[in-house]
Amino acid sequence: MSISARLVDDFVANGVEFITTVPCKQLAGVIDEIETRDALMHVPANKEDEGMGLCAGAYMGGKRAAIIMQNTALGVTVNTLATLIQYYRLPLPMLISYRGELREPVACQVEMAVHTKAILAQMNIPTYHFHKPSDADEFDAILKYTFMCNKPVAVLTDASFWGGYGE
Amino acid sequence: MIRSEILREIAPVLRDRLVVCNIGIPSQELHAIDDQPSNFYMLGTMGLASSIGLGLALAQPKPVIAIDGDGSVLTNLATLATIANNVADNFILLIIDNGSYGSTGDQPTYAGRKTSLAAVAAACGCYNVVECHGHETRDALRDALDSGQMTVIVCKCDSGNAKMPVITMDPVVIRDRFMKSVSG
Repeated sequence: MSISARLVDDFVANGVEFITTVPCKQLAGVIDEIETRDALMHVPANKEDEGMGLCAGAYMGGKRAAIIMQNTALGVTVNTLATLIQYYRLPLPMLISYRGELREPVACQVEMAVHTKAILAQMNIPTYHFHKPSDADEFDAILKYTFMCNKPVAVLTDASFWGGYGE
Repeated sequence: MIRSEILREIAPVLRDRLVVCNIGIPSQELHAIDDQPSNFYMLGTMGLASSIGLGLALAQPKPVIAIDGDGSVLTNLATLATIANNVADNFILLIIDNGSYGSTGDQPTYAGRKTSLAAVAAACGCYNVVECHGHETRDALRDALDSGQMTVIVCKCDSGNAKMPVITMDPVVIRDRFMKSVSG
């Protein structure tokens, strides 16, 4: 089974029914997988803070929600994370492609990569870094943890985890 | 008419409905005029009332009214494309368009100059877009609820704010009582 299918299986097994996405090449397989699942309502967002608003509404409407996004957009979500997701104590799994790490071919991606963990740490957001395919074994536990503690939780998935860029 | 007068007029229609209300003075006014557990007051996060409202409408069947402002919609303009492309017939977006950033000192917005939010909504693919004047809002809202179709109402009105107290309710209390209204 592909890693994308395993991750999406874990979303479904943990009662996630609503997923919003802003695409990233690394996450294309996950987004394709989400589209095949009847159990998941997929609402693409134009921007990540908008997506978090959709997730907040869906959660209050009774559906567990998750966001799939790229780390380069973390900066535009800081206010939303602080004043909506954290302030109202809403659980939000964030499956994030960690661009700008080892094997990255595009230099500019590194510019946000060097800030990614610092921003998450500054915001006291529990953060997990998937580097090897076997790291995905923890995804189920991370989702359970997220819905136990009602916090945003970040899962950074780097190029090595996804098997590189086809180089 | 200014926003607070419109909110006072539509309060009987809003009562017992799920309402997501925009940050700042709009929430303070609605809270002071007719606080209800079925009101979700935004205390921060400018621009996301429509997104929260759409997510809520897509997730459950009760009607949802998001009360937004022209400045906030301009902050998150692409929300109109998301709304158009993810039709929730239990969703009404009420944009109170007073052409100004009311909570920050009534500075003019572009919606009060050349930009028509109704035209933007229509161009984004929203099928039911109603532009009305302040005094017509109550009827427009009733009609939208009766239609059972997703509707964007752009209510053109005057700039100005009523002086109301800041909301001191804890956000978790706001969220908890709102979620009980959703599931009740």
